[in-house]
Amino acid sequence: MKLTMKVNGREVTGEVEGRTLLVDFLRSDLRLTGTHVGCDTSQCGACTVHVNGELVKSCTMFAAEADGAEIATIEGAAAEDGTLSAIQQAFQDHHGLQCGYCTPGMVMTAASLLKENPKPTEHEVRQYLEGNICRCTGYHNIVKAIMAASGQEMPAMAAE
Amino acid sequence: MYAFDIARPTTLDEAKAAIAAGGQALSGGQTLIPTLKARLAMPETLVSLHGIADLKGVSTDSAGRICVKGATVHRAVAEAVADSFPALSYLASRIGDPAVRNRGTIGGSVANNDPSACYPAAVLACDATVCTDRREIAADDYFQGMFTTALEEDEIVTEVKFPVPQAAAYEKFIQPASRFPLVAVFVARFADGVRVAITGASESGVFRWSAAEEALSANFTPDALDGLSVDADGMIGDLHGSKDYRAHLCGVMAKRAVARAV
Repeated sequence: MKLTMKVNGREVTGEVEGRTLLVDFLRSDLRLTGTHVGCDTSQCGACTVHVNGELVKSCTMFAAEADGAEIATIEGAAAEDGTLSAIQQAFQDHHGLQCGYCTPGMVMTAASLLKENPKPTEHEVRQYLEGNICRCTGYHNIVKAIMAASGQEMPAMAAE
Repeated sequence: MYAFDIARPTTLDEAKAAIAAGGQALSGGQTLIPTLKARLAMPETLVSLHGIADLKGVSTDSAGRICVKGATVHRAVAEAVADSFPALSYLASRIGDPAVRNRGTIGGSVANNDPSACYPAAVLACDATVCTDRREIAADDYFQGMFTTALEEDEIVTEVKFPVPQAAAYEKFIQPASRFPLVAVFVARFADGVRVAITGASESGVFRWSAAEEALSANFTPDALDGLSVDADGMIGDLHGSKDYRAHLCGVMAKRAVARAV
């Protein structure tokens, strides 16, 4: 079937099968490979994008269901000139990543959190990240980065 | 996944026609899509309920029941009933994770009847009514065992109507990898008695703990459950917890739920 959607502000069209996942359409058809597939079973959150402004695991939604939707991916996070978003910059400043595989999903999830709750507590940050798994960092620096991106003083972390 | 087509109806009648023609309903897909990926299902056509505006929303009927349309996502339920039914709001707000709550629906949850799903506990404890495209089914008749319900193959859950208890709470012992309950208990006190429903624990799916209901109807305090236990026979035993452990958790989580509700 044919579909049309707006991805990072740009109108795109494509031809997909019923079974084509949104993440496969983004990665294979649009070549937006910043969105990652970690587990393919909706556990890990590496594929997290925004659909009509809402956080969604793009490995667990069909492309056909996103026909007509507005999609935001990690490629749209930075400004046109390459200036990182506040969240991306905070991840860099606070070393909120090691291998980087989960990072696109972490950044998209953090963006949703801060939109809903601009000044989250550390507990709220950790709870919101329940669906995003990182196997490197132990989450501490990710949480620090998100707290910093929210403009809050970094509290003494529970496990430090 | 095997190949299939996707139909995107915008009315319930169109969806019924597509399902009558051999299609299978697709609600939020948070369980069905992983199932399809594992090639455990082979539909020719999936009928997405997501675009049907009449299947979304939360309202209160003349009897004071909270009525949740079938394709309403968990997040919307959590927000809509935060003041009117906090226990149900809490349950919805802790299903899966934020992204799952933006897609997963109440209709999908009760139609699937996963033995560890959250919603069936609320539906059964509140004596809610499951409404479909053709009839209304009382909770006690609806849940018929693990992944088994009173639904016909082609029946669509259109709404769930919850009587609002005088006091209620949901306590979930989370299995951190899946974020499903290892065991969770929904306790609901009504004028005519207390109902206790347990999910995650039994090989027969969600069930009512009648001994606890009797004790709590006489004395709605955690202490009323002292000395009561659930039989380990028939509990789920797996690498996350033995049958005995799950049986033990039923009592612990029920006490916590009562403590939170009073």
